[in-house]
Amino acid sequence: MTSTLESGDVRAGRLSSAEYAENFSDLHPPLDRHEALVEADRCYFCYDAPCMNACPTSIDIPLFIRQIQAGNPVGAAKTIFDQNILGGMCARVCPTETLCEEVCVREVAEGKPVKIGELQRHATDTYMARNLPHPFTRAASTGRKIAVVGAGPAGLSCAHRLARYGHDVVILEAREKPGGLNEYGIASYKSTNDFAQREVEWLMQIGGIEIRLGQKLGDDFEIEDLVKDYDAVFVGIGLPSAYALDIPGSDLPGVESAIDFISRLRQTEDKSTLPVGQDVVVVGGGMTAVDAAMQSKLLGARTVSLVYRRGREQMPASRYEQDLAAANGIHLIFNAMPSRINGANAVESMTFDYTTSEGGKLRATGETFEVPADQILVAIGQWMDADTGNLQASGSKTLERSAANKSPAPYNKVWVGGDCAYGGEDLTVTAVEDGKIAAESIHASLAG
Amino acid sequence: MADLSTNFIGIKSPNPFWLASAPPTDKAYNVERAYEAGWGGVVWKTLGEAGPPVVNVNGPRYGAIWGPDRRLLGLNNIELITDRDLETNLREMTEVKKRWPDRALIASIMVPCEEKSWRDILPRIEDTGADGIELNFGCPHGMSERGMGAAVGQVPEYIQMVTEWCKQYGKLPVIVKLTPNITDIRYPARAANKGGADAVSLINTISSIVSVDLDSFSPNPSIDGRGSHGGYCGPAVKPIALNMVAEIARDAETRGLPISGIGGVNTWRDAAEFIALGCGTVQVCTAAMTYGFKIVQEMIEGLSNYMDEKGFETIEDFRGMAVPNVTDWQYLNLNYITKAKIDQDLCIKCGRCHIACEDTSHQAITSLVDGVRHFEVMDDECVGCNLCVNVCPVENCISMVPMATGETDPRTGKTVQSDYANWTMHPNNPMATEAAE
Repeated sequence: MTSTLESGDVRAGRLSSAEYAENFSDLHPPLDRHEALVEADRCYFCYDAPCMNACPTSIDIPLFIRQIQAGNPVGAAKTIFDQNILGGMCARVCPTETLCEEVCVREVAEGKPVKIGELQRHATDTYMARNLPHPFTRAASTGRKIAVVGAGPAGLSCAHRLARYGHDVVILEAREKPGGLNEYGIASYKSTNDFAQREVEWLMQIGGIEIRLGQKLGDDFEIEDLVKDYDAVFVGIGLPSAYALDIPGSDLPGVESAIDFISRLRQTEDKSTLPVGQDVVVVGGGMTAVDAAMQSKLLGARTVSLVYRRGREQMPASRYEQDLAAANGIHLIFNAMPSRINGANAVESMTFDYTTSEGGKLRATGETFEVPADQILVAIGQWMDADTGNLQASGSKTLERSAANKSPAPYNKVWVGGDCAYGGEDLTVTAVEDGKIAAESIHASLAG
Repeated sequence: MADLSTNFIGIKSPNPFWLASAPPTDKAYNVERAYEAGWGGVVWKTLGEAGPPVVNVNGPRYGAIWGPDRRLLGLNNIELITDRDLETNLREMTEVKKRWPDRALIASIMVPCEEKSWRDILPRIEDTGADGIELNFGCPHGMSERGMGAAVGQVPEYIQMVTEWCKQYGKLPVIVKLTPNITDIRYPARAANKGGADAVSLINTISSIVSVDLDSFSPNPSIDGRGSHGGYCGPAVKPIALNMVAEIARDAETRGLPISGIGGVNTWRDAAEFIALGCGTVQVCTAAMTYGFKIVQEMIEGLSNYMDEKGFETIEDFRGMAVPNVTDWQYLNLNYITKAKIDQDLCIKCGRCHIACEDTSHQAITSLVDGVRHFEVMDDECVGCNLCVNVCPVENCISMVPMATGETDPRTGKTVQSDYANWTMHPNNPMATEAAE
């Protein structure tokens, strides 16, 4: 796969500066105080609330909403942070429509759930904007040292919880900034104003956490080094590498992985310098695919087609995300798989086979179609791409979540969580929960 | 279309909606706007004696409590009677009444509790052409410290005495406005009745501190860091007003005494409830102060529509119809047994009925059935208290279903009886009497 920024009609500066500013502002402007109070009043304070049970981090949602309603957003934020230290980012990126808000009784009753995500953002933003003392204090130092590999949501969550217990944590991060997907992988309009970095800095106020950047597993250190030098190790390295298309023409200029496209977009302050195609095709059906398609459109692409090999119901991106894309003029094409990419020196079009599903197996129907394209963004999944030594892995792609229990010494000192762990949802919030659970487990094992 | 016109103690108005004596009726400008909007009558803001008028505070006069979306539920005020001089008010009243002869215009009066004061002012009022007078014995703040307002209304003997003066020296119908800041509303009502009052109006505002500022530690509204009690009104006080109206409507001494109902009338429905408890007119203030005079359109249309649906042609057709159904607790039928029933199709599974019953009542509603979230009433525990109905956010999802005669109440194991039996006949009552054959 070639990553050529400009090819064919892939070019920067398609829009006015005002349009760029508008397109990359907050998707949902934050609720102001009155809006938050009105929305909080809609919460029924359910018994054994379904929303709370649907939250991967088990935030006490009815309680924090009641705290907002009672004029105590700071207390609300503490309730959130107690279960989810990255509650600020999760409020922005959680697919609430498939989690807490999907099971809100008001969704059941009237199709309009309480805007839990936006209320959570109101509380956490209020807390962070007031420059209040960090909501947690670090316990007396235990003298124990723990290495956390990866400064993404899982690693940060794990590190913070361990630091609260008084352990000393060193985070080893391969990239030049901490945050993981929060920094590199989330659509710009979901996390504006450098929020990912501000959240990391805020989280670090707990003390006892050191982040070492540019430290890549396999290149700069091995798991074996860590198990020697530390009392425990947490691996939360995510799935940093994208699968490539293996079809004719996939090495043509103009073909790129969606995560690279998004990462570059996130790291570029001036969006007008970002090249984008006139006609963009995104291949895939997850949130990354939708984020890439949306941002191509927002950068000024004339047409954006999002092509997914299965039907709408199977699409991993939620119906809300699909509708968001459609409302922004993205053409959603279902039941089509890539067959080849056409072009002489650069991408000119892409040919797909229509598919049908028989007993869960996809089959080309023989019918094909061609979509004009000068840029193709591939979002068909990611893999771990790291040397994890003797850690037990599931296939070659992900690690067993319970590695610490199964592996022989000294690997029984290693915990695993986040996207690099096998199974579960690939969400920020599940990574946060993984890190939290691992921290509790590590703490318990060190105490025992 | 129903006829909403009223003839209340000889005072005619095209509809029963009057504006209460308060800031909205302080001067000709407001009153004429109210008439233009459709209000049937106006009780002019309370007049004081001739001479220098009272002064109001120059800081905030109102405080409030709110429901969701800052919907105003209760308002309190520390404003006094009119702070304009008597001559100006009388002149404007005269002009307004001339221009609006079909609308009711009532003069509210509060002068010192001396015979001469009342004797002097009554002819002045009559000269304006006003249709009646309302004696303000209710204002709980500012005036009461000077021996007027609620200070009179809290002493039945004074009420009777002043009412008698007004009947003796004046020709106009007399409405005595009662304060709720007493123990038993029947005593001041009986006193007004004995004094010859043509009607009573109630309730005036309730003494209140609406909130405390937790930064300055001053009551609200705060005047330079201090506050005093005000008079509370608005939707929040309606239940108190309805009860006091009913007490007077069914009291042996005051039964049949005309009543102008006041307190939290916000919609046609509130007005209809006051009328059902015997009121001939209703008076409105807070709703107008919240939304402006236009709300009377909804009140008129709503009441008219209700009466059409029910087949009532005039207000008199349903006035007082709820009075015979107001009784004392001891006469309630103890053989009437209900069980809550949850409509599972309407249930949104919020679980509030369960937790309210489980934590605070009778442990009669499930939360899980066969491991599934499910809320259902256990008849063998349900006492029929209605709490679940009241906390349920879905209207008509939970209803109270009476048990039929002959059924066995699974809670008590007893058979439901058809006859009426109340506490006065109950064996547990040491003072029980034999049920009449």
